[in-house]
Amino acid sequence: MFDPTLAEIRFGTGLSPKLSPPGSVRDLLDGVRVRDAMARRFPIEPYDVFRHRIRAHMDAQKAYRQNRGKPEEQELNEARKQLRRSANSAYGDFFRNAFLRRIHTETGFRERLSFFWQDHFTARGRLQVARNATGPYVEEAIRPNLSGRFEDLLIAAVTHPLMLSYLDQNQSVGPNSRLGKRSARRGNAKGLNENLAREVLELHTLGVDAQYSQYDVRELAELFTGLTFKRDLTFQFKAALAEPGAETVLGKSYGPGGGLREVKAVLRDLARHPATAKHLSKKLALHFISDQPDPALIASMEQAFLDSDGELLSVYSAMLSHPASWSPKSQKVKLPFDFMASALRALNVDEKTLKNTRTRDLRNILYVPMQIMGQPWEAPNGPDGWPEENNYWITPQFMAARLQWALAAPQALRQTLPDPRDFARAALGDRLPKDVAFAAGAAENRWEGIALVLTSPAFQKQ
Amino acid sequence: MSVILPRRGFLKLSAAIGCSAAASPLLTPVSLASAPGERRLIVIILRGGMDGLDVLRPMGDRDFASHRPNLAASGRDGLRLTEFHGMHAALKDLRPLWADGDLAFVQATSTPYRDKRSHFDGQDLLEAGTIDLAPMGRRTGWLNRMLPHLPGAEERTAFALGREDMLLLTGETPVSNWSPEVDLTLSSQGLRLLELMMQSDPEMAASMAEAIALAGSDGDSVTFEMSEDAMMDEMMADAKEARKGKTHLKIADFAAEQLRGESRIASFSVGGWDTHANQQRALNGPLERLSEVILRLKDQLGARVWDQTSVLCMTEFGRTVRENGTKGTDHGTGGTMIMAGGAIRGGRIYGEWPGLAEADLYQRRDVMPTSDVRAWAAWAMHDSFGLPKSVFENQVFAGLDMGSSPNLLL
Repeated sequence: MFDPTLAEIRFGTGLSPKLSPPGSVRDLLDGVRVRDAMARRFPIEPYDVFRHRIRAHMDAQKAYRQNRGKPEEQELNEARKQLRRSANSAYGDFFRNAFLRRIHTETGFRERLSFFWQDHFTARGRLQVARNATGPYVEEAIRPNLSGRFEDLLIAAVTHPLMLSYLDQNQSVGPNSRLGKRSARRGNAKGLNENLAREVLELHTLGVDAQYSQYDVRELAELFTGLTFKRDLTFQFKAALAEPGAETVLGKSYGPGGGLREVKAVLRDLARHPATAKHLSKKLALHFISDQPDPALIASMEQAFLDSDGELLSVYSAMLSHPASWSPKSQKVKLPFDFMASALRALNVDEKTLKNTRTRDLRNILYVPMQIMGQPWEAPNGPDGWPEENNYWITPQFMAARLQWALAAPQALRQTLPDPRDFARAALGDRLPKDVAFAAGAAENRWEGIALVLTSPAFQKQ
Repeated sequence: MSVILPRRGFLKLSAAIGCSAAASPLLTPVSLASAPGERRLIVIILRGGMDGLDVLRPMGDRDFASHRPNLAASGRDGLRLTEFHGMHAALKDLRPLWADGDLAFVQATSTPYRDKRSHFDGQDLLEAGTIDLAPMGRRTGWLNRMLPHLPGAEERTAFALGREDMLLLTGETPVSNWSPEVDLTLSSQGLRLLELMMQSDPEMAASMAEAIALAGSDGDSVTFEMSEDAMMDEMMADAKEARKGKTHLKIADFAAEQLRGESRIASFSVGGWDTHANQQRALNGPLERLSEVILRLKDQLGARVWDQTSVLCMTEFGRTVRENGTKGTDHGTGGTMIMAGGAIRGGRIYGEWPGLAEADLYQRRDVMPTSDVRAWAAWAMHDSFGLPKSVFENQVFAGLDMGSSPNLLL
């Protein structure tokens, strides 16, 4: 059952030579509830701040385009470039702070959950400055909702402007809405886009194996019409876009004319659906425990979900209280970000060092190697996020990329490298295997010793 | 990058072009397999659901323009292929291939996947080549299931270790991944210790062993003395290389190089087809990339090998017949398959046209499939490798009725 070292490795961000691991399941759960110390210490702009950057850049871009060839062209060009530089520099800070949070947190389970739900609700900006909006979106929609009910998290994520943009919802128009009819009269008919509705059912709630049909997708898409954002990129429910009449999703009728209230109602129903309980319990177990999670574990989480109407803390508690979650053998390989961040934490990389490393160098030391390991930062291929299965990540080129990084990066981020034998103990604690201890001691030089510890199966698995 | 190739192929790998497949969201790794004979087969998976109606436009269908007021209009002056069909203008560089008989299309084709229209399941089914999805972990890909039937292929490929992440080539015959952009440098002592440590985890050990083999041929060039600074420089250099674009061309170059040698089968994917909005703009990029890949393969294979080559470009599903409200298209059913290569009997359109009148559509929204995309793949493999039809109908695509030969290949 509960073991502090295992807790920090499997459910946290890895062992730190400076910070002590959680002492109980209770500690782990409390860590998700208490004040978000890392968010304060290493801030990432919430979307409500970041959106001004996107808007300002869009406006500057437009002004520049409209004034090409005129005397003010150069000035306008400089203005838009300045905005882009400033946004890129902020993005560099978000990236840096994401690592710093992992290095310094005493509530690592929260960081892991934040990543899990960010991935579950993958959303990305499309163009220019908006492409850097993932962090701000997570800060606003995901991170504050890790310990409440799933339905609140779902509503926050699904109605967020970044999600609406990512899955084309802001462009979806009810064919019989005021705007839809007007556009048809003008010969430029606008209509539905079912992208968000489909992914809400398939990815965010019920899961693809559940009983729902194209009809449900369509009706949900009609119900979603009206979800959009304003010119200032804040959320708006725009009644002129909304398809009139009631819509039937999974046999239940919503509306008519209920607007945002009915959208929230359907999301709450989907959030509490038994298929959602099952889908999410399995996905959590798959993420934290094993590619073949114990059915009893999933059943226990599912029950906790249903009994509490989707209280996430109850679900986490069911997971952390189940013996299958504490099997001594680690079964999940760390994703590249988990791997790199836990390495930096074990190396106790200095806050100042990371802050003083130029963004350009951070690209080469962290950002690009993460791509080569298969996980370009905040850029999964689709709305389904990163694959959970080990066999996606344990491939020759990804393993080689980890080894190469483990050889080169530590010396770039530390003035002096620790003795590999000490490092092995710091990184793996009482779970340090004999062969890893031997390899650390027998290495020819420090950097290989450290790389061997980081590449060991014991370190790469959670 | 995924490779099955003879051992001496390893020696050439470290000299291969730096390829940043792993860093590219648009491409997944190449898989290659060796097989006897001279014929080559390249399968390109178009991930995201290519809108076949926009790529191969049924301009002669009287309902086409009304379903797609914007998209059909944008192609009015497109490239006419037949009395009935036009080709998307972004494929204009492929026009000489059409004229030479090296380019063909299959219209209104699809996998057996229906109704849920999920990319992820759709792609899995396309690569598994089955009617239904088997449970995760037990799925194998159809290209892999053919390999054991090729005489001589099995022992020549048996040495390859590790895993592969394109389901299409996953299965009994081992395949592996590689990305030549990673250069490993470890002392021989470090290498020995690494091997020792990896023994506790067979899966990781297998991947790492292959990485070392691929990175520097049996470990020798992996191991040499290096200073700390040189190591840093090398990682930085690799990182910079990975940031440069055009990875799809590097993949094509790498595939061509292997196919000029002993490899006979290659597979990789090109993404970016999920055009829910503003398709007029959004479809140009992936089509141009695909066109560049095909032309690069032709160029790098050389005339002699190109004449033996079939390139099959397949997607998980087509898209809705009607434009959606955002000048794009949503997930549909019947789609289009693109075939290229000197071995293809090209300059023609294969498959029956179902029509686009309301009553002719699948569920009143999608192109009605008139053929199973697996049958075309089966005939291409049948004609390339001379295997009996029963192998395809019973094992590669169990339960498939291939029908009579469409004479795809010259």
